Amino acid sequence: MQSRSILVPVLLFVAAVMFLRAPFMIDAAPYESTMGLIQRIFYFHVPSAMVMFLSALVCGVASAVYLAKRSPRADAVAVSAAELVVVFGLIVLVTGPIWARKAWGIWWQWDARLTSALVLWLIFVSYLLLRRFAGAGSEMLAAAVGVFGMANVPFVYWSVNVWRTIHPNTNVVASLIPEMRVPFYWCTAAFLLLYAALLLTRLRLEGSRMQLEAAYAELED
Amino acid sequence: MGFLNTVWTIARKDLVIEARSRELAYTTLFFSVSVVLVFSFSFVVEGVALTDAAAGILWVSIAFAGTLALGRTFERERQSDTLKALLLSPVERPAIYIGKLVGVLLLMLVVEAVVTPVVGLLFQAPLDRAPLLLVGLLVTGTLGFAGVGTLFAAMLIRAQSRDVLLPVLLYPITVPLVIAGVRGTAAIFAAEPNLAVAQAWLSMLVFFDAVFLTLALWVFGPVMGE
Repeated sequence: MQSRSILVPVLLFVAAVMFLRAPFMIDAAPYESTMGLIQRIFYFHVPSAMVMFLSALVCGVASAVYLAKRSPRADAVAVSAAELVVVFGLIVLVTGPIWARKAWGIWWQWDARLTSALVLWLIFVSYLLLRRFAGAGSEMLAAAVGVFGMANVPFVYWSVNVWRTIHPNTNVVASLIPEMRVPFYWCTAAFLLLYAALLLTRLRLEGSRMQLEAAYAELED
Repeated sequence: MGFLNTVWTIARKDLVIEARSRELAYTTLFFSVSVVLVFSFSFVVEGVALTDAAAGILWVSIAFAGTLALGRTFERERQSDTLKALLLSPVERPAIYIGKLVGVLLLMLVVEAVVTPVVGLLFQAPLDRAPLLLVGLLVTGTLGFAGVGTLFAAMLIRAQSRDVLLPVLLYPITVPLVIAGVRGTAAIFAAEPNLAVAQAWLSMLVFFDAVFLTLALWVFGPVMGE
């Protein structure tokens, strides 16, 4: 417990410092020739998308562990990760259209990446709706949704990809010139640290909630 | 009792109930026809249907009707508390899952056998262009949809607000199936048909089915309580 209570503030502090520094680094990076200023949204958009997919993976694996072993810790990880998928997914789904409005001239395109990100986000929203409204025993049901949600990521991506794609692909990152790559990796690290801090905080909250519930149950016995 | 025997006993039970009341068959059937009607208002412009509208309308009405059928099938088990009896009986969990799945699948296929000609008639879709391919797409797509749906409907049986949670969970997860079904069917119905594309989507559907059913079989035991 002691180590965790120090770890979270440290992570948050480092992430905060990095986020404060990030705008200056992004500002110093060169302008992209065709997109200009709006390209800079990329430094926040892509890292949040990466964190969203990472979190979906964490939730899926934790759900599978919970289904197999019934460990309450795995369930706590799953629910915390699912909430963060929705939070970071919201960042992705807000920053994406802002960029698209300038780059493509429209807010939304039914493109592979956009559609699969939206579907993934919807799956995890439904996960949270299930936990919120299904009543007692929803942990188990939610775990099933978590497993399906994770397994679905490549299929949704694949099927929509065959259907259509105009989104810049992932080779963009490798093709970045060094002056752009440094702020990008900087932002990615900042988002990952923020994610770790939020996940640990949410886990602690879930732990306290479980303890409280156990204490109530003891009182009633 | 052997595994297949158990599966058939459970499926037959549902089919006999359905054959006697015909409640689900009639209601889902007319529901899906009304869905087709509602969609025709948006996708028929000046008497002519938009490109690929027929394939989309067909699959949307199948998905909607399937959700309705799934919800009602398990509502029946809940009302008379028979799912508990089913789970308490000394049979394997996968047999129960597959038994329920077969019942739902057959019901949905009966509905499709009527809705598909209706869509073909109303939207001038060439059903006879590649009948086997079309049937293949419909059966595999429905199998995947019913497979995921049976798992979710069964696990939601004890949950609150299950009526609305079923479609909320089911639609995003079955997106790959619906895309494959719609695109495959559209490739057959198109003015310039591309049967190779339809075949590619069919093999994708077979693959999705294999993965979804394996996952559902694995998950069904733990979520229904061992």
